[in-house]
Amino acid sequence: MNRLRRRDFVRLSGAAAATAGGLGAILATGRAPAYAQQTTLHWVRWSDFVPASDVLLKNQITKECQKALGINLQLETINANDIQARVTSAIQSGNGPDIILGLNNWPQLYTASLADMTDVAEEIGEQQGGYYPISKQVGMVGNKWIGVPWCIGGGLVAYRKSWFEAIGYNTFPDTWEKLQDAGKKLKAKGTPVGQALSHSFGDPPGFWYPWLWSFGGKEVEADGKTVALNSKETLESIKTAVPFWNDACDPGGLSWDDSSNNRAFLSGTIACTNNGASIYIEAKRKPDTYQTDDGKPMYLDIRHAALPKGPGGQYNLPGPFTDMVMGYSKNQDAAKTFLKWIHSKPVFEEWFTSQQGYTDGATKYWEGDKVWSADPVLAPFKNVPAQGRLTGFAGPPDRAAAEVQTKYIIIDMYAKAVQGATAEDALNWATGELKSIYGA
Amino acid sequence: MSQVSTVAASDVYTPARPRGAITRLLEDERWLGLTLLTPTLVLLGLFTAYPFVKGIELAVTDTRVGIPGHFVGIQNFVVLWHDDIFRMAVWNTCFYTVVATTVKLGLGLWLALLLNRSFRGKALMRAAILLPFIIPTVLSTFAWKWMFDPTFSVLNYVLLHLHLITIADRINWLGVPWLAMASVIVVNVWRGVPFFAISLLAGLQTISPELHEAAAIDGARAWQRFRHVTWPLLLPVTMVVMLFSVIQTFADFQIVYVLTGGGPANTTQLFATYAYQIGIGTGLLSQGAAISLAIFPILLIVVIVQLVYIRKVEIA
Repeated sequence: MNRLRRRDFVRLSGAAAATAGGLGAILATGRAPAYAQQTTLHWVRWSDFVPASDVLLKNQITKECQKALGINLQLETINANDIQARVTSAIQSGNGPDIILGLNNWPQLYTASLADMTDVAEEIGEQQGGYYPISKQVGMVGNKWIGVPWCIGGGLVAYRKSWFEAIGYNTFPDTWEKLQDAGKKLKAKGTPVGQALSHSFGDPPGFWYPWLWSFGGKEVEADGKTVALNSKETLESIKTAVPFWNDACDPGGLSWDDSSNNRAFLSGTIACTNNGASIYIEAKRKPDTYQTDDGKPMYLDIRHAALPKGPGGQYNLPGPFTDMVMGYSKNQDAAKTFLKWIHSKPVFEEWFTSQQGYTDGATKYWEGDKVWSADPVLAPFKNVPAQGRLTGFAGPPDRAAAEVQTKYIIIDMYAKAVQGATAEDALNWATGELKSIYGA
Repeated sequence: MSQVSTVAASDVYTPARPRGAITRLLEDERWLGLTLLTPTLVLLGLFTAYPFVKGIELAVTDTRVGIPGHFVGIQNFVVLWHDDIFRMAVWNTCFYTVVATTVKLGLGLWLALLLNRSFRGKALMRAAILLPFIIPTVLSTFAWKWMFDPTFSVLNYVLLHLHLITIADRINWLGVPWLAMASVIVVNVWRGVPFFAISLLAGLQTISPELHEAAAIDGARAWQRFRHVTWPLLLPVTMVVMLFSVIQTFADFQIVYVLTGGGPANTTQLFATYAYQIGIGTGLLSQGAAISLAIFPILLIVVIVQLVYIRKVEIA
């Protein structure tokens, strides 16, 4: 019998172990093992006004992402007001989340620090019927995509059907004069029109920019530089706003934040307010909590309508949401893979369904989603993106437009008039501010 | 000889333990002082000096988020000089600081005089009055926001049920300009009075009761004792407390940010909130830094005046 040397024993057993794996296999190869490194993607989003959607993303979607892509998704939700502070500190330090959800035209403020998402966005757009113009306006610089549009938030007027019928309006007033008349009657009953005219990022611009546009007013000309606010149309819009506010609106709106009108409506202290679908969704979620005076669920009495027409037309200001992949991120490829996956129809459908009509898709494909036929009260939200306009009109929604919006120039123009300044003074002030911002 | 015999003689000479180089160095008071100061200097350097220098650097450039800027000199300050909202923020901040500090001094001094007396539960009371100062500001300000809410204000509820107002006359605490300013001042005073009270109480405790007794024997009434004995001796502490309060109030951010966001129509806009709005909201870091820096010359003058006054009082 041949004597088995110790060295041969180890070699043979290592070879056997190599086929079976384990420590023996590692030693047999004589090389250090190469374990698969799992990618972790850090995604920062706003705390959704529909909490069920965040729950879905943090649980089901995260698990599906791990299974389908092998990506460990770390989703962090924060107050929308704090997102810009996070973006600023991340960009300046060159370190932070891989993907940050930007609201409105925020991507235009950080163009130099965002990764090129053209391939991802174009692919999604082609598969899903193309993007709405407003998604392109905030998500593109020239022909380059600087983010991937996520969805579009929209506002319509939520109103109490029975209260308007009681004062003779079987449909929601479709002009400002009619709404002022209705509001005056409702205010006399203690349930005025409720609208924010304050320093809050969502509701005030959502009402007062469309108000300005509906009178034919605009911030700048189409060249994006020439300030055009100082016009007779804008002056007329200010002069009309004062009696409208005094006669029909809740004066508390001067200090409301973005949740105040929701609370006021659900507590039955205002008759209508421009808002997303969150008021109706919340009332429907808790029919025993939110009831009418005769004990019926309030949601049965809520309807939605577009903002009224003015002499210059009828408009709304939607809120585009765009996923920005940060330029400093070392996981850009994984981020692209993830975004393509989460925007795929079956996956996005789960999130879109959880929204129950609170938002529209960024692409036209989602106009045909079953969510719009699930509840006819929410169906009007489907048309919001197509009729939308963005701040900075008639120019692009660029950095200057963002500065005007962040400084609440247009909102304060109306607030000053409502608080006693003459329309001319309010307009002159706002025009001066715009000129210094646009460098005119 | 007997004393000598009681001395324990050592058989072996034990020299002193050798001292290391560091031990020898630290026996020199100058080096010891420097060593003990080093942690403080490092922290001050990292968290105060560095941001300050960085702020100056930002303020003289046209830096935006993600875009390093070029030197532009005082251009940002020129832009701000012509900015209506900035001028309003300057006025608002000065008004806010002067009124809030004055009220805090009055109420804080009154509270300190009361707490300086002997009564049952004194220790508990002294601890309890600190609560507004130690509760995180944002938390307490949110509670105040609810109290001032235009729809659900508990203050309006009480006034309504006392028949002092009707539903139609509900007070719009944060929506009327002068009321909004008054409301933010009230919250600042509520938060800051404990700091004044405890600091002035400590000052009162250093005044010897014999001085009051002597004045009382000489026929001085309470107000005269306060004016001629208490107040002059309390003045140095008062000036130091005022100095800290002015600095903190001038740079206040949280109360206005939470309650009004600078509204209505910028009537409560302060330096800090406007700097945040511009720097973070629009990405114009250089302009935001310039607004923050604009506080510095004003505060520097206030601090110098107060320090000179404190010195004069101490010498007197």
